[in-house]
Amino acid sequence: MSTDTLAALAADLLSGRIRVIDLTQTLAPEFPQIVLPPEFGQCWPFRIEEVSRYDERGPAWYWNNFSCGEHTGTHFDAPIHWISGRDLPNNATDTVPVQHLVGRACVIDCSREAAADPDYLLTRERVLEWERHHGRIPPRAWLLMRTDWSKRTDPVAYQNFDETGQHTPGPASDLVRFLVEERDVIGFGSEAIGTDAGQGYHLRPPYPCHYFMHGAGRYGLQCLTNLDRLPPTGAVIFCAPLKIKNGSGSPIRALALVPG
Amino acid sequence: MIPPLPRPKRKNPVLRTRAPLLPPGPRSRAALGLTAAAALGRFELQECAACGAVQYPPREACHRCLGVELPWRRQSGEGELIAETTIHHSHDTFFRERLPWRLGMVRLDAGPTVVAHLHGGCGTAPARVLVGARLDKAGQGVLVAFPPEEVPNMADDRQLREMTCDPKYRKVLITDGKTAVGQALVRAVCAAGAELVWVGHAEPWKKLPGLEQIDAMPGVSLVPLDLTDSRAVREIAGEIGGKVDILINNAEVHRTQGIASRSGIEVARAEMDVNYFGLLRLAQEFAPAMRARAADGQSSATAWVNLLSVFALSSFPGQGTYSASKAAALSLSQTLRAEMRPAGIRVIDVFPGPLDDEWNQTLPPPKVSPEALARAIVAALRDGVEDVYPGEVAAEWFARWRENPKALERELASQS
Ligand SMILES: [Zn+2]
Repeated sequence: MSTDTLAALAADLLSGRIRVIDLTQTLAPEFPQIVLPPEFGQCWPFRIEEVSRYDERGPAWYWNNFSCGEHTGTHFDAPIHWISGRDLPNNATDTVPVQHLVGRACVIDCSREAAADPDYLLTRERVLEWERHHGRIPPRAWLLMRTDWSKRTDPVAYQNFDETGQHTPGPASDLVRFLVEERDVIGFGSEAIGTDAGQGYHLRPPYPCHYFMHGAGRYGLQCLTNLDRLPPTGAVIFCAPLKIKNGSGSPIRALALVPG
Repeated sequence: MIPPLPRPKRKNPVLRTRAPLLPPGPRSRAALGLTAAAALGRFELQECAACGAVQYPPREACHRCLGVELPWRRQSGEGELIAETTIHHSHDTFFRERLPWRLGMVRLDAGPTVVAHLHGGCGTAPARVLVGARLDKAGQGVLVAFPPEEVPNMADDRQLREMTCDPKYRKVLITDGKTAVGQALVRAVCAAGAELVWVGHAEPWKKLPGLEQIDAMPGVSLVPLDLTDSRAVREIAGEIGGKVDILINNAEVHRTQGIASRSGIEVARAEMDVNYFGLLRLAQEFAPAMRARAADGQSSATAWVNLLSVFALSSFPGQGTYSASKAAALSLSQTLRAEMRPAGIRVIDVFPGPLDDEWNQTLPPPKVSPEALARAIVAALRDGVEDVYPGEVAAEWFARWRENPKALERELASQS
C-alpha cells in the first residue's frame, strides 16, 4: 500500500499532478535578521565571502564561505530554542524525530487583516471560523499563518519598526494554547521574522508562541514565503533543519507538495 | 592676495587622468624627527641638551659644541624671511607640474636659518613670517613659511593645498551616519565646504534619531553601507569609489567588555568585524580607485580618515575587546598608509579618548563630544596631519604613552 503511495507520488511529481512549491526566502546579506536590544547577544545576519572564482585563489572552481545564525532567513525553531522547552527530550535540531519534519499544513489566510493592521493577532475565534469552512485541523498538522508579509520585499517594510518596536502580525496567546492543547498541531509557521507578533513581548506570557509551542515540544517556522500558493488544506510540507549538534534551530529550504 | 579657490568644473571625461607623482625626498634618519612631529601637526627642531643651540638641518651632533644629546623640541616658528626665489624650471617630475613654486630662506628667532616653502600670503623679503611644519605629498616633513597674521583664503593657497587635504569642494564619504559622531561629521564637512557628502547607513530598518535631518541637508546623499557585508561594500565602491576624495571611516562597534565580564566571543567578534575587518573591506574596495585619482585636478582624492581610539595604544581593560579591535585597526591603518603613500594620499588616524556616547554612559567626564571630534577631524584634514589625539584625556594618555608605556598600562588597569 505505502509502496504504491510512493510510486503514485513519484509519478504525480513527474507528471506535474503534484507540484513542489518553494516556501523559502533567498539567503542573502540584505535579508534582515531579528533585532534585539543592543546590549543582548545578536543573531548573525547571512554573510558570504568568496573563496575563489576561477582565479588565482582557485583556478577552476568557484565557492564561498558563509556565516549566519541558527535563526537567520527562513528557519526552523526547535523546542530547545525557548526556556520552556529546554528540558524536553529530543528537543534539538539533531534529535527532533525526522518523522515530524514532513507533514500536513493548514493555511489560514490573514492577508487582509494584516494589511489593515500590522499588529494583527490571529485569534481562536478566527481559527474556529476557518474550521467551519475547511474542517477541523487534523492532529500533528502545521498551522501556517498567511499574511502576505513576505511580499514586503523592502527590508524596512518587512521589519516595520517604529519607536515602539516592531509591528508584524502573529498569533494571540489563547490561540497558541488552543492549537497545542485542543488541536495537537506539530507547529506554527509565519511569514514574518518571528512566529510571535512584533509586539509579542507585551503579550501574556511574553512571546506566547515560543513559550507554549516549544514548551509542548512543538516547532516553529518563520520567514516563510509563497504561502499564497498553498491551498487551505491538503499541502504537505518538508522543513528539515540542518543536523546541528544540540542546535536551537536552523535555516531550512522549506518545500510544500500541492495538488497540481 | 590669495585668490579664493574656484569651484571646480566637472571633469572632462575624454582627458586622461594624470598619474600621481611625489616630491623627492629620502631624508636622513635624524630628519625623520621633523616628519614625526609634522605628522602630529607640530614644528620641532633638535635642541642641544648641553648648550641649548637649536639645530637645522637635523643632525647627529651639535653644530656648536658637538654634544650628541639633541632632543626634539617644539618651536614657535617665528622668524624673518631674508631671501626668496620663485622656481620656473625644474627637472623634478612633481614640481614640473606645479610651477611656479616659491621658496624662501627664513632666519628663525631661535637661531638657525631654514629653507621653507612660501605661502602666497607672505610678503616679499624682508618680512616677518611664521614657520610651521607640514607633511608634503610624499609624507615627508617640510617647512612652510606663513604670514604672521591670518589672511583671507589662507587655506586656498595653491602650494599649501599640495600638503593639506582641505574638504573644500571635495567629495566625502562618511561610512556611518547613524551615530552622533557621524552626524556631527556630516555637518562639519558640509560647513567646511565639501562639494558632496555620501553618508553610509547599515540596517535601514533600525530607525535611529537624526538620520532624516542629515538626509535632508543639501549635498548629502544616504548610501546603504554595512561594513560587515563584503558584497555590499564592493557594490557601493563600484558606484561611488571613483568619486570619493576623502573617506572618513567612523563606523564602529563599541561595547564595554573585558575578558571576564562577558562569556563568549560574540561581542568581541562583532567589534572585530566592523572595526578591523570593516576597515579591511573598505580598504580593498575603495583604496585602488582613490590611489588612481590622487592627481585628478584641483579636487583630487586626498585623504582617508580612520576613527580609532586612544585605547588602540594601550588597552583600557574595562573596554578590553574594543581596545583590541582598535589596536588591530591601528596596525592595519599603518599598512594602508604605507600603501597609500606612493600615491600621496594621506591616511589620518584619530585617537579620541572616551566619546560622550551611550556606551560610555557610566564613565565620568571629561568625554569627547561628537562635535569636538568632528571639528578635530576637519582640522586634521586642513592641516594634513597623520595622527590626531582630540580631547584632554587622549592628549594626556598619548603624552604618557610616549613617556612610559608600561606606566600607562598600569594606570589604565587601575582605572577600569
Ligand atoms: Zn651644543
